[in-house]
Amino acid sequence: MNFELTKEQSFVRQMVRNFAETEVEPLAAEIDAEHRFPVETVEKMAKYGLLGIPFPTELEGAGGDHISYAITVEELSRVCASTGVICSAHTSLCCWPIFAWGNKEQKEKYLPDLLSGRKLGAFGLTEPGAGTDAAGQQTKADDMGDYWLLNGSKVFITNGGYADTFVVMAMTDKSKGTRGISAFIVEKGDEGFSIGKTEDKLGICASSTTELIFVDCKIPKDRLLGKVGDGFKVAMSTLDGGRIGIASQALGIAQGAFDVTVEYMQARKQFGKKLSQMQALQFGMADLKTKIEAARLLIYRAADMKDKHMDYSEAAAMAKLFAAETAMEVTTKCVQYHGGYGYTKDYPVERMMRDAKITEIYEGTSEVQRMVIAGKTFKK
Amino acid sequence: MAFKVLVCAKQVPDTNEIKINPETGTLIRDGVPSILNPDDANALEEALKLKDKYEDVTVHVVTMGPPQAETMIFECLAMGADEGIIVSDRAVGGSDTWATSNAISAAIKKFGDYDMIFAGRQAIDGDTAQVGPQIAEKLNLPQVTYVEEFDISEDRKEVTVKRQLEDGYELIKVATPCMLTCIKELNQPRYMNMKGIFNKNKDIKIWNAADIEVDLATVGLKASPTNVYKSFTPKPKGKGMMLAGDTEKELAQDLLIRLKKKHVI
Repeated sequence: MNFELTKEQSFVRQMVRNFAETEVEPLAAEIDAEHRFPVETVEKMAKYGLLGIPFPTELEGAGGDHISYAITVEELSRVCASTGVICSAHTSLCCWPIFAWGNKEQKEKYLPDLLSGRKLGAFGLTEPGAGTDAAGQQTKADDMGDYWLLNGSKVFITNGGYADTFVVMAMTDKSKGTRGISAFIVEKGDEGFSIGKTEDKLGICASSTTELIFVDCKIPKDRLLGKVGDGFKVAMSTLDGGRIGIASQALGIAQGAFDVTVEYMQARKQFGKKLSQMQALQFGMADLKTKIEAARLLIYRAADMKDKHMDYSEAAAMAKLFAAETAMEVTTKCVQYHGGYGYTKDYPVERMMRDAKITEIYEGTSEVQRMVIAGKTFKK
Repeated sequence: MAFKVLVCAKQVPDTNEIKINPETGTLIRDGVPSILNPDDANALEEALKLKDKYEDVTVHVVTMGPPQAETMIFECLAMGADEGIIVSDRAVGGSDTWATSNAISAAIKKFGDYDMIFAGRQAIDGDTAQVGPQIAEKLNLPQVTYVEEFDISEDRKEVTVKRQLEDGYELIKVATPCMLTCIKELNQPRYMNMKGIFNKNKDIKIWNAADIEVDLATVGLKASPTNVYKSFTPKPKGKGMMLAGDTEKELAQDLLIRLKKKHVI
C-alpha cells in the first residue's frame, strides 16, 4: 500500500493546476454565462497532451496511467467543471471503448487523431425513452449486407456539437434485449447523421449537450465496434471507467468550492472577527475537507485498480456515488458560508453548486451506483 | 547538421513562498518548494522555440546542484528538452558565482560542440546575475545580457537581439556561438507536456568533479572569493497611498491637504 503520488503523477498535478489556473479559470465564468463551448481551451488541452493521457504512445497517447487522468479531470474541474467533462467524456467514453473493443484497423484509424486531440470524441447511449433502462433502446441498426442502416435518436450527448467521432449504441436484434445491442463508430459528416437540439441546462453550461439524429444513416460494415450483440457490454464497461472521470470531476468541483471558501472565510469579518475564527463554521469546513479527502482516496483506488486490470466496477461506483454526493454537499455549504455573496455571480460558488448537481445524474445516477454496489453485495 | 543549444538553469527555492525569520534574519526554507528559476524558464523556452523551428536543433540543460536538482531537470525534459546534465559533487558545494562558473564552464567544455547558450538573467535566490556573464568570459564567448527579443539568421551564424536597458534598449548583432542571458519579457514559457512527463527514456546525466575535469582548487566553498560579511532584513516599508482626484489640480490639492495634515507644510 502506498498513498504517495509517483513523481510523474505529482508533475501531472503541478502541470494541470498551472494550466487550469492560467488558461481555464479566467474563462470559466464567461463561458458559463454565454453557454459557450471553449474551443480554444480544447486546442490547448490537445497541444499539451491532456486528451489522451492513459493510452500508449504508439497510438499518440501520453503513455500515462488512470490516476494521472483522474488528477487531470480533478484539476480542470477545480476551476471549471465544463472543461473537466470535455476531457472526461472524450477520454473515458470515446477513446477508451475504441481502445478496449476496437480491432487493430479501428484503433489505428481513430485513436491517433483522438488521443492527440486533433479530433474530439463523444458517446451515445441515452435515448428519450431509455436512460437508466438502457435495454429500452429504440435506435436500431439494420444489416443491409454492405452496410448498416441506423435510425433513431440519442439525447444528452456530452461534446455532441463539437465531436468528430462518436461511439453509438443501437439495437441490432430487438428480440434479444440487452444482448441485441451493438456498438458502432459514427463519424461527423456521415450521411443521414445530424446534430439535433442543444440542451439548455442548469449547470456545466459550457459543455455541449446535444441530441444525435440518425435518419437512414449508412454506416460502413467496418465501423461495428466489438461483435454484433456486444454493445451492452461495451457500454457498461465504458461507463465503469467513465465513472472514474465523473467522480474526479465531482472531486474537483468540491475542492474548488472548498478552496475559494477557505480564502473567503479568512477575509470576511462579522461580529468583529473573521468567519474562519468561528468554531461552528470551522467544524463545518473540517467535515467537508474530510469528505473531500475520502472521495479522493476512493477515486484513486478505483483508478489504480483499473490500471492493474482488476475488477474495479464496484470501486468506481462507490467513488462516483460518494464524490458526487460530496460535491453537492460541499458546494451547497460553501454557498451558505458565503452568505448573500455566494448566491451572486460575483463569486464562483453558485456556478460550482449548479455544476455539482449533474455529477449525481450522468454516467449513472446515484441510484444506479447503489444498484451496482448492492448487486455486487447480494449476487448469488 | 545538428545545432546544439545549451541552457544553463538553476533549481531555486520559490521566493514567493519564502519567509524570513525575524529574529535570526535567515531564510526559513522548511516546506518551501524548489522550482525552476523563472528567468531560466525563459531561457529554456527560447531554446525550445528554436527546436520547434528547426528539426536538427537539440536542447541540453546544464545545472549544478545537489542530486535533488533532478526534479528540476525532469521538468525541463517534460517541457521538451532533449538532455539534462547535473554537475553534482561535494567538491563543488558552497561555490560562489566565480567558482560556480568555473564548474559550469568546465562542464560545457566537456559537453563540447555547442552552437548557442541561453541562461536566465539571474536566479531569484542570489540575484547576482553574474554566473551567465562569467561563463561567457571563461569560454571566451561573446555575450549579451538582458535579452528581451531574439532572432536568428537563416544560416544560424548570427543572432539579432534586443537588450533591455533601464531607459531604452540596444539592438545587437552577435555571431554564434554566443551566450545570451534572458529576461521574462522575452517569451512566455510553455507548460510541461503529458508525453514529456511520462517519457520513460529521459536522458539525465550526473557528472561529478572528475567527469568535468575541473581544477579542484577553483571550485567549492574554499575556492570562493566571496565572503558574506553580514546580512540583514530590511524593515518593511509603510503602506503607500494613492492620491485621489481626476485632474492634476485635484491630485495636487489632495497632496497638499495630506501634507498639511501631517504638518509637513
